[in-house]
Amino acid sequence: MAELLKIKSEVEEFKKEYFYRNSQAEENRQREYQAANRIQSWFRASKVRAYLSHLHKKAIIIQRIWRGFTARARFRQMVKAAYFIMKMNFYEEMAVRIQKRWRGFFVRKYIHNYYARKSYLEGLSRKNELVRMELAELEELQKRERDCVEMVKEQTAKVYQAHRLHHLLSTKQCPGVFNSPFRPAPHEMELLLRQVKYQAPARLDPRGRACLMGMLGPTDHSFPGTLGSPWIKTTGTCSSKPILPPISSKKQQGLLREPGEVWEQRMLCPDLTLRLQTSYTHLEEAQNQLRHKYIRLPTGKLGTGSMLHHLSHSSNSFTQPAYAKSFR
Amino acid sequence: MSQRQIIQVFEQYQKSRFQFVQTVADLALRPQNIEILQNAGVMSLLRPLMLDVVPSIQQTAALALGRLADHSDDLAEAVVKEDILPQLVQSLASQNRFYKKAAAFVLRSVAKHSPELSQAVVACGGVDALVLCLEEFDPGVKEAAAWALGYIARHNASLSQSVVDAGAVPLLVLCLLEPEMALKRIAASTLSDISKHTPELSQTVVDVGAIAHLAQMILNPDAKLKRQVFSALSQISKHSVSLAEMVIEADIFPAAVACLKDPDDYVRKNVTTLMREVVKHTPELSQVIVNCGGMAAVIDYLGECRGNLRLPGIMMLGYVAAHSENLAMAVILSKGVPQLALCLSEEHEHHIKAATAWSIGQIGHHTPEHAKAVATSDLLTKLLELYMDASSSEDLQAKSKKALKSILQKCTYLPGLEPLLYDVPSNILKYVVCQFSKVLPNDSKARRLFVTSGGLKKVQEIDAEPGSSLQEHINAINSCFPEEIVRYYSPGYSEVLLERLENYQPA
Repeated sequence: MAELLKIKSEVEEFKKEYFYRNSQAEENRQREYQAANRIQSWFRASKVRAYLSHLHKKAIIIQRIWRGFTARARFRQMVKAAYFIMKMNFYEEMAVRIQKRWRGFFVRKYIHNYYARKSYLEGLSRKNELVRMELAELEELQKRERDCVEMVKEQTAKVYQAHRLHHLLSTKQCPGVFNSPFRPAPHEMELLLRQVKYQAPARLDPRGRACLMGMLGPTDHSFPGTLGSPWIKTTGTCSSKPILPPISSKKQQGLLREPGEVWEQRMLCPDLTLRLQTSYTHLEEAQNQLRHKYIRLPTGKLGTGSMLHHLSHSSNSFTQPAYAKSFR
Repeated sequence: MSQRQIIQVFEQYQKSRFQFVQTVADLALRPQNIEILQNAGVMSLLRPLMLDVVPSIQQTAALALGRLADHSDDLAEAVVKEDILPQLVQSLASQNRFYKKAAAFVLRSVAKHSPELSQAVVACGGVDALVLCLEEFDPGVKEAAAWALGYIARHNASLSQSVVDAGAVPLLVLCLLEPEMALKRIAASTLSDISKHTPELSQTVVDVGAIAHLAQMILNPDAKLKRQVFSALSQISKHSVSLAEMVIEADIFPAAVACLKDPDDYVRKNVTTLMREVVKHTPELSQVIVNCGGMAAVIDYLGECRGNLRLPGIMMLGYVAAHSENLAMAVILSKGVPQLALCLSEEHEHHIKAATAWSIGQIGHHTPEHAKAVATSDLLTKLLELYMDASSSEDLQAKSKKALKSILQKCTYLPGLEPLLYDVPSNILKYVVCQFSKVLPNDSKARRLFVTSGGLKKVQEIDAEPGSSLQEHINAINSCFPEEIVRYYSPGYSEVLLERLENYQPA
């Protein structure tokens, strides 16, 4: 029994203790709950932080490696580019040097060639000298020719005068006008007179005929019938005598040319002949041919027309005189 | 009355008509009779005689009419007004060669006075009739017809066009090939008149192959023919580069230079004109002529002739020098500049002087070498004189000013520039001073010479607005010399010194 009482008193105490502890636990429950909360949250946070920092570290590693990789690649590229640019600059500089030399050479040799210009100007002065000399010679020559011609004209005039004045020749009895006894020597005219051979004057009739022809010229070929003969009678002065051509003139008749002209033409155009280009029997042959052709094709119209056409080809050689004149 | 007596009356009348016409024709040869004949009413009397039955009277009447119309343009107008032209033209087709000659002569004397009269001749079908005459055999008829066509074509381009449209050009070229010298001359002269107006007309003439024939006649001994041939070639070549090239391709050039020594003045003038017309187009053409020695020949020619004959030669030198500095140096080497100086001093006509000034400007404006060549012949002072002379024409003044300016801008020959410091208008002075300011900083001998010859003194005396380019150049010159020298030469320095003397108190 004692134990029971003890237990019963202990129960009271137990109850009190239990209640006390419950109430204490109740009180502490909130606090402990919050504390547990805090601890848990802190722990979770730490966990998460650890995880995040782990992730960050790994991400950093990856990024570091990647960035290093790309940067090195870029750097390599930059180095390549810089090297390339350096090479190009070098080449360009060298090219500039080459082009500088080449352009200087080219311009000095071909475009602004000092020596060519100098030699050109020297050559030009020499040519000018030459031309001046030649022109002076030419002028001299021409002048001499003209003087010569003048002199010849003068001389012929004097000789003609001498012919006209042949009667002034001095005779044994009577000294002529040009051979005055007071002169030391005879005048040149006198000497000319002595040299000139006397010629009987040509008959006046050819000259008269010439003036008649001149007057008849404008009244050529259209005399009105009624006034025919009296017109000639009133204007003609010496139409009574029959006029014969002079015997001594050696004029060639007809269309004959000087031998020199013919020779020149032959030399200048050797294929110019008076012979036909086609054969002598060309006409008959052509007619035979056509006859053979027209036996095969009986069309009557073409006959004479084309024959004439063929014939006209062979007459080319006769139109020479017109060309011959221009070859002279 | 018997038949014979009646016929005698007619004979008498015919004789008197013939005598009248013959006398009028002879009187019309002298200019002093023309007035009297005109007042006596000769036109209306001659007109019915041109329709006379007897051919000789017709022909002599036409001849008389032609001579009358030749002398004065009132009579020519009277011929047109009296409607004589249409019947002349009609009878041209049908009559004999003497009548054709006389009728062509009348047409020519009417057409030569003025374009309106030529137009009247064209309007009544004269051109076609004349072209028909060109196909005749008689050379006299061809000559008269070609001459008339030439006078018609001379006036203006439309009349030339009507001549060409009538088909005259091939016939004229055929006339060139005829042996008669007078006909060749006239044909060449007509071709020259036709081709002088426009490039198209020249092209028409060239297309017929005229150039080759004209080129063959260059060395013909007849002087008048050569005149016309060269005139024709120069009229053809003046229009365009291609025509000039065609003329050159006909190989006339070394041979034509020989004609510059021909005794006839106008042959030489026409050769020089031809050269000028060819040279003015391109440098290559000028090169051709320079290379065959044409330059030297022309310069000698300039030395020998006087007056207006010199003008084409002077212009040719100017055109050649204008193309490039090579050619200008060629002109200088061929002794062109002394010759031009002679021309400038000897000639009195203003247009020739203006052309000479222009040529000198073209020669001198390329490089300092050229300017030196011009300056050594003392031409700068002459050009200045021409510019300053109040009696020079405007054209002459303008050209000499331009030449002077362009030469001065390149001139570094100081002894030539020095005379130009004195008595010169300011617009020229600034160029002179500019040149000095360019040369003096670099050349010590020149500086010494400048001081001793009094140039520095003159420069100090120049009065220029501050800030103008003239003042800048003067400053540039002054900076080439030490202060003391500049002060010594500045105007009024002696007064300044005397003033200092007066204010000086001996210590």
